Amino acid sequence: MRTSTTGRVGQYAALFAYLVFLAFPFLWLVSTAFKSPRELGSLHPTWIPRDPTLDNFRQAFDEQPLLRAAGNSLLAASAAAVIAVLIATPLAYVMARHRTRLAKAATGWVVVSQAFPLVLVIIPLFLVLKNLHLINSLVGLVLVYVVWALPFALWMLVGYVRAVPTELEEAAAVDGAGRLRTLVSVTAPLLAPGIVATALFAFITAWNEFFFALVLLKTADKQTLPVVLTHFIGAEGVADLGPLAAAAFLATLPSLIIFAIIQRRITGGMLAGAVKS
Amino acid sequence: MTLVTATERSAQGAPRAEGDRRPPDRGAWFLVLPALIPILVLSVGPLLYGILLAFTDAQSGRTRATQWIGGLNFQDLLHDTLFWESFRIGLVWAVGVTVPQFLLALGLALLLDQDLKLRWLARALAIIPWAMPEVVVGVMWRLVYNPDAGVLNETLRTFGLGDGRDWLSGLSTALPAVIVVGVWAGMPQTTVTLLAGLQNTPRELHEAAAMDGAGAWRRFRTVTWPALRPVALAITALNFIWNFNSFALVYVLTSGGPGGRTRLPMLFAYEEAFRYGQFGYAAAMGLVMVAVISLLLALFLVGRLKERTGGDRA
Repeated sequence: MRTSTTGRVGQYAALFAYLVFLAFPFLWLVSTAFKSPRELGSLHPTWIPRDPTLDNFRQAFDEQPLLRAAGNSLLAASAAAVIAVLIATPLAYVMARHRTRLAKAATGWVVVSQAFPLVLVIIPLFLVLKNLHLINSLVGLVLVYVVWALPFALWMLVGYVRAVPTELEEAAAVDGAGRLRTLVSVTAPLLAPGIVATALFAFITAWNEFFFALVLLKTADKQTLPVVLTHFIGAEGVADLGPLAAAAFLATLPSLIIFAIIQRRITGGMLAGAVKS
Repeated sequence: MTLVTATERSAQGAPRAEGDRRPPDRGAWFLVLPALIPILVLSVGPLLYGILLAFTDAQSGRTRATQWIGGLNFQDLLHDTLFWESFRIGLVWAVGVTVPQFLLALGLALLLDQDLKLRWLARALAIIPWAMPEVVVGVMWRLVYNPDAGVLNETLRTFGLGDGRDWLSGLSTALPAVIVVGVWAGMPQTTVTLLAGLQNTPRELHEAAAMDGAGAWRRFRTVTWPALRPVALAITALNFIWNFNSFALVYVLTSGGPGGRTRLPMLFAYEEAFRYGQFGYAAAMGLVMVAVISLLLALFLVGRLKERTGGDRA
């Protein structure tokens, strides 16, 4: 489509404005992370740190148990992602292939679960987990994360299953392969990229999650990264900016890297679930 | 709701071989159960339990047995001005975030759909807010808003627009300041969804309209928007729900302050439940939140759908 030159200039100006709006807070975070305490205390902060230092990172690790927290986050997020995908894939398969009442109920649950405020879910969950002695335990957190990751995982996986032509499965059945055999050797390999993308997405959501972790984990040795990050902010809202920025920057890296890898698949999967082509 | 209708509609459009209506055989149960049990035990069950709790006087750490008190929580809630003030702030926040979020995202999606250079950079940057933990987003904007070491006040000073202020603790600036953060954080996901919707609109129609001499606005109204509409409605409805129920961002930015000016309903209910231990009362708040939001959304969606069958045809 031809667009006039002034139109083009306007479009680039708008795009530039968007780029600035999207990027500047993150750049400021990075910049703050490398500034010395003296520089942070002085008026007239600059974009480029005057004398860049790694002190904030060292201090962040000294002040809070960041390694431990990262370990907890890694454990909870990986376990939740793997379990969620393992149990969601078969259900997604049934939802995509059979238009039964059960499949419809599952779709209904996916939608309804998005509408309920977490308070209504967390209070009963808290009571249930308390009875099972799973408060302040990563096992309890993983259970919650699995169920919490399921709606979106199902949504994406249903889309991926629909993209696998039924003809392939029928051909395998004609060749005498049983149902399980067909699923394992025909459908599963074709689904694999989608399953990996879904697992990685579940991992990021769990890695980033804050509310459940805040309510369910009481002691510092169990807490995950987002909860520990808030400990840098004091009771009066006064924060030690340097270490806070450094820790926040580190906590973001895994999500950013994974997201960069799977971004295309996620958006594809989201729409595949919504409007089938 | 919209998403369901979207799937159903497309399913009706094309009867497919896979639309197998037979009840699933034993093998299918084997496939379904591993997910069904956790869903029932840890999602559906707790949800129903939560609804029941709203009608009890459940409290944390109490030895006396919990009692059924009927609608008493709701009666108390009706007169709880603090809660309704929080509810009002929640609505201002949800609308204040969802509407700009949609408009800005639509603008960006339309730009990214064009053949512009630097598109890849914008796509890459759009990932950042989406992938970030909400806590980090909050921390990051605290650094931006910081009265001394923050970039916002420094920029204002550079341009001679005064000394700036303490944005997050000012009574009048706190809510607008957190709304900006909400828009920033949710824009990318909306953009990506709308962009995917745009790329599904028929190119040929667009070109035909251009040949007929339709201007950009006409082309948008007659070709792009009708195709984009279902996606736009779905993501707006979801954004509204998500925003109304949001917690972490504001918890990190202001913890509801100053003086409750940014205390969203979720923060209010969280404090009620886990600081004061009023489980039953907090559950009642949750229930009222769902009810009002569902009602508003139903009105919004019905209104939009009517508009679609009525006006657009001209």
